[in-house]
Amino acid sequence: MTAPALRVRNLRKTYKDVVAVEHLDLDVPSGECFGLLGPNGAGKTTTLEICEGLTPADTGEVEVLGLRWETHDKELRQRLGIQLQETQLSEKLTVGETIRLFRSFFRDGPDPAEVIALVQLEEKSKARVGALSGGQKQRLALACALVGNPDLLFLDEPTTGLDPQARRQLWDLIDRFRAAGRTIVLTTHYMDEADRLCDRVAIMDHGRIIALGTPRELVASLGAEHLVEVMAGSESRPLDLAALRGIDGVRDVRTENGRVELRVTELHRSVPGLLDELDRQGAPLTELRTHSASLEDVFVALTGRHLRDE
Amino acid sequence: MSDAALELTRPGHGSRERSWVDHSLVQLTLVRFREFVREPEALFWVFAFPVLLAAGLGIAFRNRPASVLKVAAVGPALADALRHDSLLDVRLMAEAEALTALRTGKVALLVEPAANGGIVYRYDDTNPEGRSARMIADRTVQRAAGRTDPVGASDRLMREPGSRYIDFLIPGLLGMNLMGSAIWGMGFAIVDARRKKLMKRLIVTPMPRHYYLLSFVLSRLIMLVGEVGVLLGFGVLVFGVPARGSLVSLAALCVLGSLSFGALGLLIASRARTVEAASGLMNVTMMPMWILSGVFFSAQRFPDAVQPLIKALPLTAAIDALRANMLQGAGLAQVAPEAGVLAVWLVVCFVLALKLFRWR
Repeated sequence: MTAPALRVRNLRKTYKDVVAVEHLDLDVPSGECFGLLGPNGAGKTTTLEICEGLTPADTGEVEVLGLRWETHDKELRQRLGIQLQETQLSEKLTVGETIRLFRSFFRDGPDPAEVIALVQLEEKSKARVGALSGGQKQRLALACALVGNPDLLFLDEPTTGLDPQARRQLWDLIDRFRAAGRTIVLTTHYMDEADRLCDRVAIMDHGRIIALGTPRELVASLGAEHLVEVMAGSESRPLDLAALRGIDGVRDVRTENGRVELRVTELHRSVPGLLDELDRQGAPLTELRTHSASLEDVFVALTGRHLRDE
Repeated sequence: MSDAALELTRPGHGSRERSWVDHSLVQLTLVRFREFVREPEALFWVFAFPVLLAAGLGIAFRNRPASVLKVAAVGPALADALRHDSLLDVRLMAEAEALTALRTGKVALLVEPAANGGIVYRYDDTNPEGRSARMIADRTVQRAAGRTDPVGASDRLMREPGSRYIDFLIPGLLGMNLMGSAIWGMGFAIVDARRKKLMKRLIVTPMPRHYYLLSFVLSRLIMLVGEVGVLLGFGVLVFGVPARGSLVSLAALCVLGSLSFGALGLLIASRARTVEAASGLMNVTMMPMWILSGVFFSAQRFPDAVQPLIKALPLTAAIDALRANMLQGAGLAQVAPEAGVLAVWLVVCFVLALKLFRWR
């Protein structure tokens, strides 16, 4: 059996008196697309940079492709493709020149032209980096991570700051590498990105992993497939939440900003029951929304906060 | 498209023989060139500015014939007497007007009759033109009054390149340019790459880190040929500045100077995280040397007590060595002390810079 692409044990890292990462274990088998999902400041980037050999850990073990940074730095550098957060490549170079520069650092890898074609920047190959759009820059950054034909790809927030179309384009690219059997470890604070791209997701908060599994498993762990949001009642006559909990199929009820959120297993059983109950309480319904449970809801259920909360 | 994706996963693909152009060091050096050439401002400061400065100063301080010494005379008799000497440009003025002209520097000397029948010279004795004018005027007045010189003397004029201000200036500007382009060239590029996290991106590739620094040195040395060539060519062709020493030792001095300043630039840029911080440090480093090291005027003018300090500055060493080479034709052995100073700066700065250097 081949070594796991990434193995992390009991990782801990502090900056002055702030604990960035604590008691962190990770196992990423070869060929998997693994996501670290969490809000800003959860410790995702720190974890990734330790795995990339950029930041030393205080304590803990990191094995990448079965090797350790202390002993195999040079070999690991050859075999990893890395995209960092917010790198600005030289604006005065062209796309082609940038790729050729990065290609020159690696022993093996495809022709620069091939990589440029892969990230669909052929038409921009002679354009200056400074003239590219955000999405094109991000694809160029991805290309720079691919020029060494890496065994393991680290992507730190690959689509942050991109418009929806550019994000979808980048997702398609990452999907293709995954389909080609590549191992990818990425960080994101977009739950839809993690859901769409990752075989398995670790949800991080305050430097720890608070949930780990496939997106489907994580959502299933809520014990409810759907969420129902209700606006009803008024300041003077709030809803009787205990009665709502008693409705058939309702797993949990919580309030937020005057809105009531119910986690339910089956909509077709719970919604009629809810309407009947509101009728009984004499609370007029002002808004009713439902959506399928997502990783975001998992995060909310675990922490009481949203992923995008500052 | 998916074909291309699969193509990438084939092991060993692309490991065929690569041309030398695809060597990391060559690629990194090319980046330095491209970034430089695609920055028109940088081109101006490195190539055009020193030439413009040399041209401007060369014209302003060209050696004028001595006849331009302007003298104000009060009284027509005195004016007529003074006009006998062709070295003086004599103007007849009323006393008040003459005093104003002297005070405002329009004339170097004021000559007026004294109450006792003699004459009075008014001038600023710290102004060399004033002193010269006084001597010439006095000689002229005395001769007009009948003085004869006991010893016959005649002049034989020699106006040789090498002793003019422009001859002094060109090696100074050359040294200043070596310093400026090395320190700015290295400092800004390094700090900018650090600020943009480009340096961090580079060190997670297998790029050997010393290649990155070496690419700066290589590009600097290659650009040096152009920089020195342009300024030197301008001085020699337009102003006839002499280049008496061997070109090989001149080239060696330029290389050594550029390396020393490059090491200094590297040290300045070794920790700074913002371009503002770095440019402050660069100015603090270079400004005193522009003044002290004898770029525009001789460093000998500063008090003796500070001379050892001035001599220890890298720009002083570079300029002294360049002047000795170009004006006196000195060989490398004769400029060994200056070369030694530069070498010490090179080694100390480089070692310190490597110790302090922050890659992210």
